[in-house]
Amino acid sequence: MSDIAVSVNDVSKRFRMYAERNQSLKAALMRGRRASYEDFWALRDVSFEIPVGSTFGLIGENGSGKSTLLKVIARILRPDQGAVAINGSLAALLELGSGFHPELSGRENVYLNGSILGMNRKQIDAKFDEIVDFSGIETFIDQPVKNYSSGMYVRLGFAVAINVDPDILLVDEVLAVGDATFQEKCMEKFAEFRRAGRTVVIVSHAMGSLRSMCDRAVWLRQGEVVRVGDATGIVDDYIDDGHVERERDRERRDEGQARETVIVDGRWGSGEVQLTDVEVLDAAGRKTHLLRTGDPATIRLHFHCERPIDKPVFGLAIENLDGVYVWAHNSRDGDYVPERIEGDGSVDLAIPALPLQGGTFDLIASVVDYTTTHVFDFLRHCYRFDVGEGYPRESGGIVVLNGKWTGLDAKPSTAPIAR
Amino acid sequence: MSLVGELRTSQDLLLNLTKREITGKYKRTALGQAWSLVNPLAQMAIYSLVFGFVLQNNVGPAHPSGLHVFALWLSAALLPWIFFTNVMTSGMAAILSNSNLVKKVYFPRYTLVVSSTLSWLFTFAIEISVLIVVVLIFGGMPLLYLPGIVIAMILLATLGLGLGFMLAVANVYFRDTSHFISILVQVWFYATPIVYPLTLIEGKARDHPGWHILTIYRMNPMERFSEVFRAFIYENRMPPTATVLYVIVVPVVVLVLGFAIFQRFEGAMAEEL
Ligand SMILES: Nc1ncnc2c1ncn2[C@@H]1O[C@H](COP(=O)(O)OP(=O)(O)OP(=O)(O)O)[C@@H](O)[C@H]1O
Ligand SMILES: [Mg+2]
Repeated sequence: MSDIAVSVNDVSKRFRMYAERNQSLKAALMRGRRASYEDFWALRDVSFEIPVGSTFGLIGENGSGKSTLLKVIARILRPDQGAVAINGSLAALLELGSGFHPELSGRENVYLNGSILGMNRKQIDAKFDEIVDFSGIETFIDQPVKNYSSGMYVRLGFAVAINVDPDILLVDEVLAVGDATFQEKCMEKFAEFRRAGRTVVIVSHAMGSLRSMCDRAVWLRQGEVVRVGDATGIVDDYIDDGHVERERDRERRDEGQARETVIVDGRWGSGEVQLTDVEVLDAAGRKTHLLRTGDPATIRLHFHCERPIDKPVFGLAIENLDGVYVWAHNSRDGDYVPERIEGDGSVDLAIPALPLQGGTFDLIASVVDYTTTHVFDFLRHCYRFDVGEGYPRESGGIVVLNGKWTGLDAKPSTAPIAR
Repeated sequence: MSLVGELRTSQDLLLNLTKREITGKYKRTALGQAWSLVNPLAQMAIYSLVFGFVLQNNVGPAHPSGLHVFALWLSAALLPWIFFTNVMTSGMAAILSNSNLVKKVYFPRYTLVVSSTLSWLFTFAIEISVLIVVVLIFGGMPLLYLPGIVIAMILLATLGLGLGFMLAVANVYFRDTSHFISILVQVWFYATPIVYPLTLIEGKARDHPGWHILTIYRMNPMERFSEVFRAFIYENRMPPTATVLYVIVVPVVVLVLGFAIFQRFEGAMAEEL
């Protein structure tokens, strides 16, 4: 047998975009044979191969065709051109618990859903305890599933699907469900899957976990393959590319608007001191929206005040896109409080080596009085910047601890990880 | 996977889907499964009252069973009719009402249509059994024709399923189908000798010999099925050979055609939902 699990050959998929989506007989008769629609190619000449035993990522922006491609591989959609060759049994986790009947009990639904996914009675019998155990809802298994919480629903759905034990598993953004314990269990299960030499194909926007889980990836843009290859490289390029796109948007917006308006989605304060601009500067002192892990950086706050202000306190904070409050620091705690400011000026916060892992972050800036109870100006999400892969390279999460493994006699691998 | 294995897994799937249909339909109702009997019973009572009053004299004693009960005469054709329309309309809706499943999971789609037929076949079997018992109580002898009745039930299911397959496809592409069919079913009901006897039409046909009324009228397969079920259950005799042939050939042809159409469009369905 070959060592290719899935081979996608020149696959194109077209959707018809009807001018008015009117699925009625009258509309069809009125249109006659020539229905008014436009062809929309959701996939165009997509070709790549997924080796047996690999964990393969599909990445791309919203609407780039990832789910469509997964459905074509899962045989739910038929390609208009090209073909997909599959080597082994296949199961898809597109939506968990899709086949559940709300009035039936969990037990009945396990059998129902299992058979929809292609298991026969004996196989389900054999797996039943494992499924219930994995879902962790033993006490509710004889309750109708409509009484389940949405998390329980999804857990049972996942438990059934993962126990189908296919050679190839397709997963579309279902990792983000369930509580932390369950997610961990899922990851563990995926790892087990990979160890057993099975193939996993994952669609996700969680670049961090993709980078750590996948060994290969394909990057789609508007239905076309941008690149196929080693997952780490592709994920990094994809993040950088997204950054470039946003930078372009930002420039376009800046040109169209008066210079002094700061782009904010939340601002308050009494206004005696105003923050007129926020900048992130790279090592060379150039304004940038892209930094790398370990880079030196400077955050500069420009301010303006009509009348002199005594002992102002400047504050900065960083949030990531998930809204996690990553870091905060103010100039009073930094023991850097000027006696008085007036007119226009700026203040810098110097960062010797950026201890953030790859991702996108937002800055929050403020200026308050010495008691920190009176707010002069507060800017929420006033500056967005991306962090790309740099040094040190650590496996996942938000921050870099620059940790070193010690205590055993281990040789570093020949291929250096650092750039 | 071998073909036998494929069929075996499908068989479990069919069974589970059918169970879902049956138990899901009446869950959380006080009468539960009994509702499936109440419905035809109510229709039977209404039609017996209305049409029994008008047509009583047109329905003579049955030969050779000797039965002369309008309600039983009516039921012998009404129950198959209700079953047939249920199979056809629920087959038509099977894909659309499971669109969530069809869009998210790959499995043989025909199982949705077939399982809806099987679930109705289950209720139909109960209804017919009750009817047979009642006929026995009234002194009829339908038991001799039990194999014939079973075969006729399967053939009727075949016809409904075949049409269900075609309509399921039509319904995905044109959502008007179901409205159109609900009108058609009403017309079809009165074009079939269920609440009135065939003799009524025969009389009309004699008045206008050139119009071929009877020939056209008897092309309706449901007319033939009414004759078959009445012959077996109410009159306790074999139906004419021509009719027997008709109710074998037409359903099989319809099913083969329906399944072919269904398979032709099966792959493209997911994106139309
Ligand atoms: N059934 C359909 N009919 C018409 N257009 C469709 C259909 N399904 C998908 N599309 C279009 O195909 C394109 C690709 O969609 P797809 O769901 O594959 O995107 P995706 O990469 O999964 O995006 P996301 O990251 O948001 O999940 C979109 O522009 C979408 O509008
Ligand atoms: Mg998607």
